[in-house]
Amino acid sequence: MVHHAFTLAGETLHALPSGALHWPAQGLLAVSDLHFGKSERRVRRGGMALPPYEVQDTLTRLQADLDATRATTVICLGDSFDDLAAQDGLTDDARLWIARLQAGRRWIWAEGNHDPGPVDLGGTHLAELRLPPLTFLHIADPAGQGEISGHYHPKAQIRTRAGTLSRPAFLIDASRVILPAYGTYTGGLRSTDAVLDALMAPDAIAVLTGRQAVAVPMPR
Amino acid sequence: MSTALPPILTDWFQTKGWAPHPHQLDMLARSHDPALLLIAPTGGGKTLAGFLPTLADLATADHTGLHTLYVSPLKALAADIKRNLQTPVAEMGLPIRIEDRTGDTSAHTKRRQRADPPHILLTTPESLALLTSYEDAPRIFAGLKRVVVDEIHALADSKRGDQLMLALARLQTLCPDLRRVGLSATVDDPAAIARFLARHPDPCPILTADPGPDPDIAMLTTDQPPPWSGGGAAYAIPAVLAQVKAHNTTLIFHNTRAQAEIFFHNLWLANEDALPIGIHHGSLDREQRARVEAAMVAGQLRAIVCTGSLDLGIDWGDVDLVIQIGAPKNVKRLVQRIGRANHRYNAPSKALLVPANRFEVIECLAALEAVKAHDLDGEPRGDGPLDVLCQQILIAACAEPFDADTLYAEVTTAGAYATLTRADFDACLDFIATGGYALRAYDRWQRLMQRPDGLWQLRDPRAARQIRMNIGTIQDTDTLKVRFRRNRGGKPLGEIEEAFAATLTPGDTFLIGGQIVRYEGLREMTVEVSPDPGRKPKIATFMGTKFATSTQLSTRILRMLQQDDWPDLPAHITDWLALQARVSRLPEPGRLLIESFPHDGREHACVYGFAGRNAQQTLGLLLTKRMEEMGLDPLGFVATDYATLIWGLKPLTDARALLDPQKLEDGLEAWFKGNAVMKRTFRASATIAGLIDRISAGQRKSGRQATFSSDILYDTLVKYDPDHLLLKITRTEAMRGLVDFGRVREMLERVGDRIDVIRLSRLTPFSAPLFLEMGRVPVEGMARERLMAEAAEELMREAGLS
Repeated sequence: MVHHAFTLAGETLHALPSGALHWPAQGLLAVSDLHFGKSERRVRRGGMALPPYEVQDTLTRLQADLDATRATTVICLGDSFDDLAAQDGLTDDARLWIARLQAGRRWIWAEGNHDPGPVDLGGTHLAELRLPPLTFLHIADPAGQGEISGHYHPKAQIRTRAGTLSRPAFLIDASRVILPAYGTYTGGLRSTDAVLDALMAPDAIAVLTGRQAVAVPMPR
Repeated sequence: MSTALPPILTDWFQTKGWAPHPHQLDMLARSHDPALLLIAPTGGGKTLAGFLPTLADLATADHTGLHTLYVSPLKALAADIKRNLQTPVAEMGLPIRIEDRTGDTSAHTKRRQRADPPHILLTTPESLALLTSYEDAPRIFAGLKRVVVDEIHALADSKRGDQLMLALARLQTLCPDLRRVGLSATVDDPAAIARFLARHPDPCPILTADPGPDPDIAMLTTDQPPPWSGGGAAYAIPAVLAQVKAHNTTLIFHNTRAQAEIFFHNLWLANEDALPIGIHHGSLDREQRARVEAAMVAGQLRAIVCTGSLDLGIDWGDVDLVIQIGAPKNVKRLVQRIGRANHRYNAPSKALLVPANRFEVIECLAALEAVKAHDLDGEPRGDGPLDVLCQQILIAACAEPFDADTLYAEVTTAGAYATLTRADFDACLDFIATGGYALRAYDRWQRLMQRPDGLWQLRDPRAARQIRMNIGTIQDTDTLKVRFRRNRGGKPLGEIEEAFAATLTPGDTFLIGGQIVRYEGLREMTVEVSPDPGRKPKIATFMGTKFATSTQLSTRILRMLQQDDWPDLPAHITDWLALQARVSRLPEPGRLLIESFPHDGREHACVYGFAGRNAQQTLGLLLTKRMEEMGLDPLGFVATDYATLIWGLKPLTDARALLDPQKLEDGLEAWFKGNAVMKRTFRASATIAGLIDRISAGQRKSGRQATFSSDILYDTLVKYDPDHLLLKITRTEAMRGLVDFGRVREMLERVGDRIDVIRLSRLTPFSAPLFLEMGRVPVEGMARERLMAEAAEELMREAGLS
């Protein structure tokens, strides 16, 4: 696994190729925008049934990251569920799987804009988590410092000799990190979008996910 | 129904000074047959032959409600036929109401037509499918006696035709005495079309009109030889203009929309006499197309630059020359296009072929010989596709709760679905009802539910609206509307592909509707442009359809290359062939030639399979996969109808290991999992089958979470549910369509171990044109990862960040 290492507020962090953020000193793994239940929501509303494997796929990747990093704290940065009813749609298998992942770990669900209120799964619910010098929350605060957030599902394009590639990407500057969406059925917002452009400092970088984490100056 | 010409019609023919054609009377005499197929050349009074039984019946007896349904593949054709029918009906004073109903018909008129149908309704397969989805379909179609399917040869090759035949199966249930008539241009296998048309297992007699004299067809000779590659044929502009001047009206056919645009632009730059010349293709705004059609009917145009949008039979009156720019790829389509000239019966059609590049000179000559020999090409189409069946089940559910046994019996009366197994039908029903996934995750949210009485119905009746919006099998690529900026009047110009729009930056120029426009920006998902006075545009890459050269034509070309000399080919071509023979070799029918050489810092391999564009493309995908396994670091490839050019970091020396058929076939299965062609095929089938919504421009939103990525759905299914129905459909579709593995296999069997790998120090006369080809396909392999890291490092270094 080829990660990209960088520092934020003096702390060394690893942007993993999967889209998760690892803080080795704290044994912490952060993931954002899992959007569990996205396909279930669609079929509930009368649409065609999408392949119901996205929860399984997202958990498979999360499990692999946890096995590799041996993280003891997991923070899900909001929008972990697609809507209020999505939790009820989780299969027993998925619930058991989440419980297995939670066993022996500190697990925090940060609140997102799609998220349900109290969840009957294990773990702690917080609006945000402060672990000085870093703060973990769902939506970036333009005035914040040392902030790890999600919400925007950033993706970035890179032009190579063989054409343009587009991948979900971390956006990183001296004040904050915005994580890409970790869930399997999640779209993306280009880094060139005005909202992201306004949030990120001129010297921000984008770290593209995929087989390896690849850092480039943030495409504007 | 009368089988003799009633007096009112006889009188009308007499006042016109006409006599009915024998095949028109035959059609009338056999009007009681449950199905009839008429094969007639353009201008043979085909449409009247189709409608004579209807006119005879309506002239002699009262009829309430819908009597005859006419279905054509083109909206414009429906409107045209309406005009052509209304004239004789008015002249005879018959009380017959004729109306058309297409996507362009107003909502108000459509509502009225449902309440009070005309005697004759002219429509398209999509509009008909939509009509059958309404709860009141039995009332709309009450009394329907006849259906006329025009240009059935064009529909029989497509999913639109499959959908139409399923709709007719539905109508036949509602109106058991419905008689079917098919009208077709000359085809290679009339019996196949007859099977496609008739209710299975009804017989379908075939009537053939006198095909008329052979066409007068030749290659256009020019002072300047064609270029080495490309499809523009700009070199031929002066010669084409001279031909336009020498004729009344010329149709100038192109194989793609982009080529038509470029040619039209160049034609106007050279059009010093300002001859009235128009352009017509499917990406142009509807109003603009209608204007061109009207001008043509009024005889105001000397030429129309066009694409397949004019392949079918709108009657243009006095077209006296057809010019085909670029190799025709397929002899049957060429013959049909030639038939667009001289609609007067029994006059030879005049046509000229203009090769766009040097290789096409050879292909054009082969096509000319095939036309002279009446040797039409065609490949059997196979069973009815299951994605269309899935949509039919949704349509049935919209109309009323249905019984599965009854619906199965109904769909198997469509010829293409006659061999459909109950297991496949049930799999489609299960997919529609539950998603058909191995994981029964959505049992409480079934889309279709079985009621206690056994009938299936929509769980949520509101879903019907969304299902109706998704009816149809035409794959629009994602396109964006192009308009002039508001302060320029906001005039709509047409559409461009979203992928092309994404490459534009403000200030870029491109061609649309024959004019150069400058890209100003994107506003509410509409591309805003302003006129640009420049002469050289950045070119719009409309997708258009790229046809593969048929097997029969490819074989003719290979045979032609074996001749000792080529008296019918111009000197610049024979010189080129001789040079290729000297520095390398000419490809041979029973062997496979592969050239391997370095060029421009990369290694190249050129494989001359002559298997057609799609199969050569597949060969490229399979070979690059094998090369990746062999550590040759392939980077990409490009395919034409006759060869595949692969480039990478290491030279190819051992082709036998590369081309092992077993390994290739094994590779195919693995390769199905992750390549762009399969994903594109999946997207098409998933949309038709109803998994993904067809997205109209109005609904499309920009930004995050707007759409589900069909690529991710495909990846997920491959990983967790590899036996899912949609993946089976995708494989079947890809094998016969874009993948065309059948032709790869056929080519490998043909060459056996007779593979010649020639290592050369530089590129060859035959491979050189491939370097200029568009449509390069990147290989997602280690070489690419390396290049990505390399590009990233470079960027970081430049930015001073590393």
